[in-house]
Amino acid sequence: MKRIGLCVVALALFTLLAAPAMAGETLDAVKAKGFIQVGVNQGLFGFGAADDKGVWRGLDVDTGRAIAAAVFGDATKVKFTPLTAVQRFTALQSGEIDVLCRNATRTLSRETSLGLNFCQTNYYDGQGFLIPKKLGVKSAKELDGATVCVLPGTTTELNAADYFRSSGMQWKPVVIESTPELNKAFFAGRCDSLTSDISQLAGVRAVAPNPADYMILPEVISKEPLSPAVRHGDDQWMDIVDFTVLAMINAEELGITSENVDEMLKSKDPKIQRFLGVNAGNGKALGLDEKFAYNIVKQVGNYGEVFERNVGVDTPLGLERGLNALWTDGGLMYAPPFK
Amino acid sequence: MRDRNISDLMAGTVPFWNDPDKRAIIYQILTLALVAMAAYYLISNTLANLERQNIATGFGFLQKESSFEIGESLIGYSASDTYARALWVGVLNTLKVSFIGVVVTVILGTIIGIARLSTNWLVSKLAGIYIEVMQDIPVLLQLFFWYAIFYENLPSPHRAMTPFAGVFLSNRGFMFPVPESHPAHRYMLLAFAAACIAAWALRRWARKRQARTGRIFPVIRANGCILLGLPILVWTLFGAPTQMDVPELSGFNFIGGVSLSPEFGALLLGLVLYTAAFVAEIVRAGIQSVSYGQREAAEALGLRPGMVLNLVILPQALRVIIPPLTSQMLNLTKNSSLAVAIGYPDFVSVANTTINQTGQAIEGVMLIMACYLCFSLLTSLFMNWYNKKMALVER
Repeated sequence: MKRIGLCVVALALFTLLAAPAMAGETLDAVKAKGFIQVGVNQGLFGFGAADDKGVWRGLDVDTGRAIAAAVFGDATKVKFTPLTAVQRFTALQSGEIDVLCRNATRTLSRETSLGLNFCQTNYYDGQGFLIPKKLGVKSAKELDGATVCVLPGTTTELNAADYFRSSGMQWKPVVIESTPELNKAFFAGRCDSLTSDISQLAGVRAVAPNPADYMILPEVISKEPLSPAVRHGDDQWMDIVDFTVLAMINAEELGITSENVDEMLKSKDPKIQRFLGVNAGNGKALGLDEKFAYNIVKQVGNYGEVFERNVGVDTPLGLERGLNALWTDGGLMYAPPFK
Repeated sequence: MRDRNISDLMAGTVPFWNDPDKRAIIYQILTLALVAMAAYYLISNTLANLERQNIATGFGFLQKESSFEIGESLIGYSASDTYARALWVGVLNTLKVSFIGVVVTVILGTIIGIARLSTNWLVSKLAGIYIEVMQDIPVLLQLFFWYAIFYENLPSPHRAMTPFAGVFLSNRGFMFPVPESHPAHRYMLLAFAAACIAAWALRRWARKRQARTGRIFPVIRANGCILLGLPILVWTLFGAPTQMDVPELSGFNFIGGVSLSPEFGALLLGLVLYTAAFVAEIVRAGIQSVSYGQREAAEALGLRPGMVLNLVILPQALRVIIPPLTSQMLNLTKNSSLAVAIGYPDFVSVANTTINQTGQAIEGVMLIMACYLCFSLLTSLFMNWYNKKMALVER
């Protein structure tokens, strides 16, 4: 099935590349067609997945909606393209999508050789190991000789190889293309451990036959800054995506939520006045409406709201803010001044 | 004289667009130009756009470190090796499953095909049911089925089944002991190669002698002795080393011996059972294409049943069997790329990972196409040669 997808993408690459260069013109093209095409995960609970009514939900999905709110002042003017890990970058390169919000890790080689630019990180993740508790393992250092299930076409494969290589341990990967098949093999005991980003492992454990039988080992073996990506060469569009994510972070820092944003319009604080477009300037500089930040917060919410709604402690994923807390709370979320 | 006059006349009066020969040449040139233009458009456009978007091109990535691990490999491989070596591991894995698959499929298919023609009602019906069921279920589904059977039913390594001492069956795979490596093995292989040549020469000689004198030489028994005896003789000369490398449970998994993974087992089983159903029908059709009179005539001459099959039926049936059999062998090789779905690291699976890590989809897809083209052409070449050899020589 994936091979067909690959062929389709390769074909699309051949044909769509025939389209004229769009440097600096993504915004115009998006405005002309009236919506933004966002590439998202096919089914990763908490990040990008359609619910039982067919409505797309997740942190990445909400990032896509926020971009639509910034550009059109309407968070619904967005269409989602579900993509596999293998298809995602080709879809962006070929112009099939305008922005990729699909828990993609920013790395040097992707940034330089794939013809794309990553924007502000919207989730700081790390790779870990999920194991059945009955294995009796307390640390990833005890995994010498283990068989490990890995999802292909991701940085995960490389990180796991690096980790075992640097610790001088032996291991055997089992690489299966589709996530549900891989999970089934893991639950049936084909592998001793399943490795992926910790946020994904939390999602897998949530769908296990008996979640309490499984645990995530304490070691975090990699850095995974998951970031939206745009095509290389359109700086204006990159700025828009960048500052959309930053606006959500900044809103949280300024204490602006989707509930109180209307009151905040009357705030005397010049930082808030500039941010919400009461004092003009920011919007015009980006080529957007002066109210773009107001629209993002009003229609989608600030970063904290989006986090708690999709992956936070009250969701089945039950993830703590951790690295994704504001810098003022000891996390990494830090927005430059909006002026 | 008169002919030349007419052709001179025509050359002078018939315009070139009404001359079928010239017209054919013009059409060919036009077609060639169109194909060349389409190719130029695609290639130049792709290259220009790749450059504009700053996407890496070329096959330079093959020399970079792959940094990913592969579950099973016929040659030494680690994450610090190059992409080229990783892809080579994939090619060998594909060849391994295809080669074993083709051999087992042909044997199984022939047996079922003959069983289908059996006069025993039960045997022929069972073969018929097998063929109908296996042909009608998509092979991908069969792969998922066998793989699930393996990982759901086999025990964990700590509770592995041991049918014989040193042999283990668990959801980590099938582990069995092999002789520990010894210099004698290389010479045994050489001895076996020499034995093959000797056996071929003996068969030739026996045939010639039979044609000349009518005396039959027991070729099969003699050749069996040569093929087995020579390597064993070498082994004894080296002092008969019997040291075995026995798999042992250590930590999470078995160490030592040789293991066949559940992924390999499921892929091989699925491909063989599926393709054998088609081969069985081909064999049945081939045998039925030989008219019954041939068999009766052979029996009337007093040939034994085995000789009837070997000397009369099969030589005539094979020329019907070989061409469609070739296409089934190609099918099996190409279907082996479904391995991605159940986690066997075949060539497509490794190439997919490579494409994703390097982002060079066009180069990767080109490699995949070139590789399967090579497999198919080589198989066809061999089978066409065999087909020519087997074809009826008309006198």
